[in-house]
Amino acid sequence: MSNERHDLAVIGGGPAGMAAATTAARLGLDTILLDEQPAPGGQIYRNIEQLTRDGDLDLLGEEYRRGADLAREFRASKAAYRPNSTIWQTSPDGRIGLTGPDGARMIHAARILLATGAMERPVAVPGWTMPGVMGVGAVQALMKASGVVPDTPVVIAGSGPLVYLVATQLARAGCTVAALLVTTPGSRIAGALKELPRALLAGRDLLKGLAWMNEVRRLGIPTTNGTSHLRIEGEDRAEAVSYGADGARKRIVAELVLLHEGVIPNVQLSLSTRCRHVWDETQACWRPETDEWGATSEERIAVAGDGAGILGAQAAEPLGRIAALDAAFRLGRISQVERDLQAKPERAELARHGRIRPLLDRLFHPAPESLAPTDPDTIVCRCEEVTVGALREAVRLGGEDPNRAKVFTRCGMGPCQGRMCGPTVSAVIARESGHSIQEVGTYRIRIPVRPIPLTALADLVGDEEGLPPGGSTL
Amino acid sequence: MFRRLRMPDGGVTIHVDGRPIAAAIGDSVAAALLAAGITEFRTSAVSHSLRAPHCMIGNCFECLAEIDGLPDRQACLVTVADGMQVRRQIERKTA
Repeated sequence: MSNERHDLAVIGGGPAGMAAATTAARLGLDTILLDEQPAPGGQIYRNIEQLTRDGDLDLLGEEYRRGADLAREFRASKAAYRPNSTIWQTSPDGRIGLTGPDGARMIHAARILLATGAMERPVAVPGWTMPGVMGVGAVQALMKASGVVPDTPVVIAGSGPLVYLVATQLARAGCTVAALLVTTPGSRIAGALKELPRALLAGRDLLKGLAWMNEVRRLGIPTTNGTSHLRIEGEDRAEAVSYGADGARKRIVAELVLLHEGVIPNVQLSLSTRCRHVWDETQACWRPETDEWGATSEERIAVAGDGAGILGAQAAEPLGRIAALDAAFRLGRISQVERDLQAKPERAELARHGRIRPLLDRLFHPAPESLAPTDPDTIVCRCEEVTVGALREAVRLGGEDPNRAKVFTRCGMGPCQGRMCGPTVSAVIARESGHSIQEVGTYRIRIPVRPIPLTALADLVGDEEGLPPGGSTL
Repeated sequence: MFRRLRMPDGGVTIHVDGRPIAAAIGDSVAAALLAAGITEFRTSAVSHSLRAPHCMIGNCFECLAEIDGLPDRQACLVTVADGMQVRRQIERKTA
């Protein structure tokens, strides 16, 4: 079996991961980047090399060109690269379990940098489990990866910059956006205005967002602001979406409904590696506790990019480079002085890209109903079909933390391992029990965080070093 | 429900429940099925209700399918290969 060892293993091939691996390799670290996708880019710059080759970047917009530069610099670096890798374990001691095209293996790294990025916040509304209901980002991923777009009129419902961006991208691709239902609560605007002076310093970023909203108008996409209490209607697939607006209940026919309430850190690996996590009230999400270098509560594990808190793709680059500098320092390749010196321009770049964030966090903070739905029949856990009502009953019986609620209701016990219900379950339990979300906590995530075929696992058995830590149920 | 912005230059053929469909090189299995008009991927374990891809980036596990004999694979994370055999995991409601 594998005696493969590296100084640094970077997990994830988005902007943070690519920038980190490129920098670490430059600093002389034996670096490997492991990624689930077949090509570098992550979710934001998904399929960027192909899109650049085919001249298809116009569809997505100018800012995607940055991703092509990053991918080129990464390819030109000395960092090793293993695409198509499913990571099912990272351990505090530096072991990594992965399955690739040539089977399962354990490798070892002196340090692990998790650059696992963001995912769309799951939006638990009535009917969201039916075919025909997808994430706004899901359809964008489909467009980037395969040039596949909706050919039926779509309704986009939600809040956040991506809602406007994808509405315009779809319209430009010739799709019909039948309605844009904006769920941003009107009450957020006053608070957000306080952040405007700082956001004005962000200039370009602010203009970019305003340009998307303006283009939504210019393209004639019918937009309704101040909508709430969405409900997807249909027998066994989406047929219509109903919603509250202007004090009335309205309904629009749609076979394809796209939901979005912002993005949250993808914390499955950092949770399973036992890094300490906090509930971030500002961004309404779980994130690993990190210092200014991305270091976590676990000595060998760091996190860079949106996986440590949402700052966006442009901030992810300097964050990746900062984490790589710290890895080189901790491994004795550069001095502390050298680390701090090289980090200076990165921190300046980070500050520039961070200026818009407080405005976005305030303006697009999800409505209470999006975070913790109240309708008892709404499914929270899609895998085991556990409803708000069932969770409420579990809390009444003493299931006041997600792991106990799991025992009572099976929530979080299905194949997605709580990825889709984790934040909602914590928020619903918090509301029902009167505790804070931080007090309530989240699921204990166990390895493997992705399913491994038994045959692949069998190849590992017999290799003492490769065996996962004792006691884990596989 | 979905269409391709343009037909791919080179393609592969995969089989879904025995029926051949054309896919583009580099497609995920989930993208290939959606582009071919297949919008029902599986039925849920508890109520046997219909499910289809929701997140497309490996988090929701709604696109699970049997691929080349191995059940419960995430179709959005598996790249198509010529001759690939895909079976949808659909169990009709018994009630």
